[in-house]
Amino acid sequence: MADFKSIALLLTILLPAGAGTLLVFMPRNATMAIKSLAALAGALTLALTIVIFAMYDYGEGGYQFVNAWRWLDEPLNIDFSLGIDGISAPMVLLTGIVMFAGVLVSWNVAPRSKDFFVLFMFLVAGVFGVFVVRDLFFLFFFYELAVLPMFPLIGIWGSSTNFGNFLRTKEYGAMKLTLYLVAGSVLVWIGIIALYVAASDFLGDGATAQAGFSLELLETLGEDGAFSRNFQLLFFPFFMVGFGVLAGLWPFHTWSPDGHVAAPTAVSMVHAGVLMKLGAYGIIRVGMTLLPEGAEAWMPVLIGLGTVNVMYGAISALSQKDLKYVVGYSSVSHMGLVLMGIATLHPLGLGGAVLQMFSHGIMTALFFAVVGIIYEKTHTRDITVLGGLSKRMGLTVAFFAVAGLTSLGLPGLSGFVAEVLIFMGAFQEYWYLAVLGVVGAAITAVYILRLLARAFFGPMDERWNHLSDGGRIEMGAAAMLVFILIFVGVWPMPLMDVINSGVAELLSRFPGV
Amino acid sequence: MTENLHLLLPEFLLASLALVVLGVDLFLPAGRKHLLAWLSVAGLAGLLALALTMLWGKDISLYGGLMKTDAYSLLFKAFFYVLGGVVILASVDFVKKHFRSPGEFYAIVLFAVLGMSVMAGSVELLTAYIALELMSFSFYIMVAYGRNNPKSNEAGIKYILIGAFSSAILLYGVSLLYGAVGVTRYDEIAAALTTAMANADSFSPTLWVGLALVLVGLGFKVAAVPFHMWAPDTYEGAPLPVTAFLSVGSKVAAFALLLRLFGEAFMPTIDQWQLLVAVLAAITMILGNVVAIAQRNMKRLLAYSSVGHVGFMLLGIAALSHIGAESLILYMVGYAVTSMAVFTALIAFFNVTGRDDVADLGGLADSHPFLAAAMAIGLFSLSGLPFFAGFTIKFYLFTAAATQGLLWLSGIAMLSSLISLYYYLMVVRQMYIEPAPAWAMEEAEDEEETAYDEPAARGKPSKLIVTVLAALTLGVIFVGIYPFPLLEAIKAATGALLGAS
Repeated sequence: MADFKSIALLLTILLPAGAGTLLVFMPRNATMAIKSLAALAGALTLALTIVIFAMYDYGEGGYQFVNAWRWLDEPLNIDFSLGIDGISAPMVLLTGIVMFAGVLVSWNVAPRSKDFFVLFMFLVAGVFGVFVVRDLFFLFFFYELAVLPMFPLIGIWGSSTNFGNFLRTKEYGAMKLTLYLVAGSVLVWIGIIALYVAASDFLGDGATAQAGFSLELLETLGEDGAFSRNFQLLFFPFFMVGFGVLAGLWPFHTWSPDGHVAAPTAVSMVHAGVLMKLGAYGIIRVGMTLLPEGAEAWMPVLIGLGTVNVMYGAISALSQKDLKYVVGYSSVSHMGLVLMGIATLHPLGLGGAVLQMFSHGIMTALFFAVVGIIYEKTHTRDITVLGGLSKRMGLTVAFFAVAGLTSLGLPGLSGFVAEVLIFMGAFQEYWYLAVLGVVGAAITAVYILRLLARAFFGPMDERWNHLSDGGRIEMGAAAMLVFILIFVGVWPMPLMDVINSGVAELLSRFPGV
Repeated sequence: MTENLHLLLPEFLLASLALVVLGVDLFLPAGRKHLLAWLSVAGLAGLLALALTMLWGKDISLYGGLMKTDAYSLLFKAFFYVLGGVVILASVDFVKKHFRSPGEFYAIVLFAVLGMSVMAGSVELLTAYIALELMSFSFYIMVAYGRNNPKSNEAGIKYILIGAFSSAILLYGVSLLYGAVGVTRYDEIAAALTTAMANADSFSPTLWVGLALVLVGLGFKVAAVPFHMWAPDTYEGAPLPVTAFLSVGSKVAAFALLLRLFGEAFMPTIDQWQLLVAVLAAITMILGNVVAIAQRNMKRLLAYSSVGHVGFMLLGIAALSHIGAESLILYMVGYAVTSMAVFTALIAFFNVTGRDDVADLGGLADSHPFLAAAMAIGLFSLSGLPFFAGFTIKFYLFTAAATQGLLWLSGIAMLSSLISLYYYLMVVRQMYIEPAPAWAMEEAEDEEETAYDEPAARGKPSKLIVTVLAALTLGVIFVGIYPFPLLEAIKAATGALLGAS
């Protein structure tokens, strides 16, 4: 199986990208064949990610499934080098799950379903790329590749929201999201180039054969003191804010609700479920790993902003009338928890943050999937109009309730484990912020329960008499996500073992903690 | 002095090819003029093969140091031959429809290609100037080729006036430079500058003014801000294939000249002019990209976008060094492929509709999915998104600049690149999201047989241009994901220019 291990990660990129390329050459009106191919690619990718995750040996830790190909020689020395550790392994699994679910809920996407699946496949390939590469050039490459398809995906298949007095068009959402994310990536880009220059200067003239963008190399150089304290203090914020934009860091989060609401269901699922995790992952993988001193100095700021995220997102969600906006702001709030957990620099908090990334990814995907099903049936997302849906769409509402209960941290579901860990970590370091975070979680309970009561229970409008649950395929996808939320909530150890091995490795770079 | 004359064989044959095309034109009946295009392309292909076999690995100075045949000039020679072929192939349909004398058009394209390839090969100021003028004169004619189109005439007059004006400035700079150092060969200028730098007293202001005027003169040719004002009008008025050639060919040629001039002659004084060029680059990229947002016509939008790209290329001049020159040449190639892809898509669109406003592109994704996809890929590449050439070349260039202490300028470049994404996305939005414009709907209604749910049938672009476009699109992806072979050639060229690293 040594051979499999060396190409498994490459396959995670090539499977969706290859499927996307194949789809390009299929006739436009062969919808069934197109959908089947997409589903097949999704299923294979999911199976692959499960195998990879199962084969990751957490006892050994470190980077596994390692392989590298030379892409460019001197002076840039770029390697296409792959490998996953305890932090990226769960993210790869998450991407596989959400992608498969995303393909299934897009079963009835129209018109131009071919173009949709082509873009979707490349989006997924980009996301996998970010999680599995170990070279900053390619990390950035895939990061941008994941942003690129968003504009057409939202612009063409998205939906506009009418607020009564003004209209938030899908074009607006698409443009805002793209520009925000690329603006963030500019900061990351500057940071990456600064790292390269500092590393080459440290190596000195005539050492161009050694400089490069490889994470491994930069880590080693960093340990040797290539990045001075001032450099770290100056450039950590570039990564923190640059990746933070994608993670929904307050005050750069405003693209997130608008973009996610405008996006079609599968894209919201992948975007809120996985892409926002890219931001948090980037902060960990690039910022904290390479610039630990800078990270340590800036963490109080990050945890402060994360707390604002939690509170602000929850309070905003409280006042939304659109079902999807509630979920959108709840994402902002939950990503705040992730950022808080990261900023604790505590094994519990960090482990909780990574688990929360996983759990929130599945949960949000479930949220958006269910909202998508409801919207398809009722053609509205207005909470004040909906009501009593549970009488006709029992199973759908039950799925929504599971996502909601995960979101408010009910024990027995994955969100509980993650949040408890984050708060335990935060209490060790900043107890007052942890209190605020808990208050934020309490507000989550208020808006979720209020939503359930208003939109799904209570008296039913005559209009909804004809409704029924979603189609088998969509409901199957949602059921899969529900199963995972419960599984992780009841038995988080398989995930936590892997995550802890990665977190321990990361924290060993912080001697002061 | 003339013993190496055979090394100029490709140039001689190219000039002959142009004359042959003119001659054959006389005997061809009006309906078969497109054969001239094939003749030109076949000739260019043959010359490319000849140049590659004959000049590969040579590094020889000709005519007592007026020209050089080295890896640098060979790379650009090959580049311009290919570019000339692509431009001719992309313009066949257009020429058939809009031009009355196609034979002369193809011949003039060939003359321009000749001028360009000599520009990259000359290592002496006056030779370079004459080559530049050969190219410019060809463009003066081509820009005004739409004889019955007032806009084309206006563009031609504007271009020739500004062109003559900038040539005068350039020549004045050259003469001042000659007055100060007494030589015109690049290597001798470099030697004189080195001596002058060592001995601060002998550094006359004449030299500075001369250098500055040369920079200004060439600034006009490449349309760097603040010398760019001719570009939008000229681009808009010129016939589309000419606009494409102008925006790609003339820019790359001028930069080939600039890079050689600065790399071989002005290198010793880099500390003196680096900041000047860097500031020029910064304002060029910012202004070009910001003003492009307000454009409603595709040609004008691409004109300003190309001004923005000139800013990026100036960044490469400011970061002149081995890595800087490498990245600049890579950028030129990547930009040329991408830009040609976008222009070819636009030409194909113009051929079937006769329109070129951004608003006219509405619904293109439904009526012509391939054109829309190719243009979207080109635009994404221009804005620097990955998988396409734009990402790789920008990453390389901005990294190169940062290693030369210009991280701040790289930062500005990335921000302008972000601005450019906005207006490129507006075009993509038009093609993919907006419905077809009213005129297209009317045309569709006129055709009775068109079913209601079918998108407006607006005719099909010819197979030829679709093939060219497909090849260019593949080129955009190729440079984006596998630039390795290209970089090997570029490294050889840089070695010839700046000496082995």
